[in-house]
Amino acid sequence: MSSRESILSSIKELNQQEKALPDLPKFDSAQDLVGTFEQSLQNNKGSIISELELTDLVNSGAYPKVYSGSKLIPDLKTFELPEKATDLNDLDLAIIDGQLGVSENAAIWLEDENLGLRAVPFITQHLVIVLEKSKIVGNMHDAYSLIGLHHSGFGVFIAGPSKTADIEQSLVIGAHGAKSLRVVLV
Amino acid sequence: MSHPSQAANFLKDEKRAHWHDETLWFVREKRDIASKNIPEWEELRRLASGIKDHVLTKLDYYLEELEKKASENGIKVHWAKDAEEHNEIVLSILKEKKCKAIVKSKSILTEECHLNPFLEKHGVEVVDTDLGERIVQFLKQPPSHIVLPAIHLKKGDISEIFHEKLQTEKGNEDPVYLTHAARKHLRDKFMAAKVAITGVNFAIPETGEFVVCTNEGNADMGVHLADVHIACMGIEKIIPRRADLGIFLRLLARSATGQSITNYNSHFRSPAPGKEIHLILVDNGRTKQLKREKFRNSLKCIRCGACMNTCPIYRRSGGYSYGSTVPGPIGSILSPGIDVKKYSTLPFASTLCGSCSDVCPVKINIHEQLYEWRQEITKAQGWSAKGMSMKMANGIFTSPLAYKISGKLLRASLKNLPKSVIYNPLNAWGKNRDLPEVPKESFKEWYLKNRS
Repeated sequence: MSSRESILSSIKELNQQEKALPDLPKFDSAQDLVGTFEQSLQNNKGSIISELELTDLVNSGAYPKVYSGSKLIPDLKTFELPEKATDLNDLDLAIIDGQLGVSENAAIWLEDENLGLRAVPFITQHLVIVLEKSKIVGNMHDAYSLIGLHHSGFGVFIAGPSKTADIEQSLVIGAHGAKSLRVVLV
Repeated sequence: MSHPSQAANFLKDEKRAHWHDETLWFVREKRDIASKNIPEWEELRRLASGIKDHVLTKLDYYLEELEKKASENGIKVHWAKDAEEHNEIVLSILKEKKCKAIVKSKSILTEECHLNPFLEKHGVEVVDTDLGERIVQFLKQPPSHIVLPAIHLKKGDISEIFHEKLQTEKGNEDPVYLTHAARKHLRDKFMAAKVAITGVNFAIPETGEFVVCTNEGNADMGVHLADVHIACMGIEKIIPRRADLGIFLRLLARSATGQSITNYNSHFRSPAPGKEIHLILVDNGRTKQLKREKFRNSLKCIRCGACMNTCPIYRRSGGYSYGSTVPGPIGSILSPGIDVKKYSTLPFASTLCGSCSDVCPVKINIHEQLYEWRQEITKAQGWSAKGMSMKMANGIFTSPLAYKISGKLLRASLKNLPKSVIYNPLNAWGKNRDLPEVPKESFKEWYLKNRS
């Protein structure tokens, strides 16, 4: 018997009485979705900047290699997406669009079509996500009901910059991924 | 080695043990604050528990569904009955890809299967990429906590090992400096690895996808740069619907560290063009645990670690005192299911205060199961010091004469015997505790003298 068969048959032979799958209720969330989102983002060590501040940031030259896949704001890229993700190692700043945000925890949903390459929001030194204010929902349940079963090979909720507290519980930003997360609300 | 003797080792460094206790309690308090911000917290726990209960009664159906949907998505699904088969599957993929170095993000399952030593024996370099895991890997130690792998170490220890392995400045203990040194070191590893291994937090049969949560982004750095992603999951990691993630992602990070969500929550549904995803479904004792009705619902665990942070024994004895891959209260009900002899002392490493059950996001009755395991273990051993003394007490209490004589004897001996006899190794309760002063006479004697 293959392992597949032996695992499945040892579960089947228990003849368990099925317990009902609970229905998922709707839960209330904050009234001020944008304000709560901004507060949650700050708690996660991310920050909000304006479109103008972003343009100034890119023009300042502090970030030589900028990739932008954003369709929500004018193109600011200085660098075309390479074929291989490993060629992104020196990417300084990535600007991408988020599909929706969650006010309770500042999680922003992104799919393949937003990323270009899946590695982009992780390998970049600094990350900017552009999000429409109207796409901010209350909680994770609202988020999943909007996302539905939409097919994307990869989807991710990003809620802040890369962080760790593995050394004596001291919070350090910039473990492996982006050292900062800035969100532009449009 | 038994839990009590390992715990005694941990407590030798009093200052460090105190720090460990306080730090984990701090994490527990953060969990309390985070959970109290959610008015429907208890409702979420009830739902999560109900969803997991449901899955366990239909696990065969959901595993087949997951396999079907994931395969349709282009994920290659493997089945492993035990750790050995799991390790062989991983190795065979690495051989096929001619891969000699891999990066791995946090996976308690691969710890349970002892994948690292197995791969190293076959000439594969394994790099754990979670910072805490990399630290303990440098020290050739296992993680001491499932969420905070290096919580038993102080920054001085880490500074020392980084100086040796990563040539950081001697004596520089700044966490920012040390973390950024690790970032640089691990980036080189990410850039070079052709295969990346991750664990799985949740797998969804409805969509054939699986979800991996990290704060560091190390799982994503690994898999998106490599050509092949191998994801290893215990068969109990299933939740039926994508919408169920709304419940579990709200509970997981709040229970684990008091954050509202982990910073990266990645949903893998199909490989990127030209790449591969392998998903290994591992039993390794889980179907056996499913058969044990009293202990079945330990399989609902989502590995948040909340029961460890709150446990008065875990906080004061450290993860290594348990000698099992998963330590703490949940480990003490899972491990005896794997090897009841080896882990026979773990269910006794508890005060049965029930705090673990109170914080568990999926409402596992951990402390009740600890009690049940004690019954099983005592029965299996057929002998216990407590059982013997209870029998003796039974004899004494049924005979008034025996009671009177034994009381006199006990008072006399406690007063006159040298301390070394009373506080002997058989009397665990005598450790760090003193008996109250022994009265000169029994109550009966006093009553006869004063009131008759």
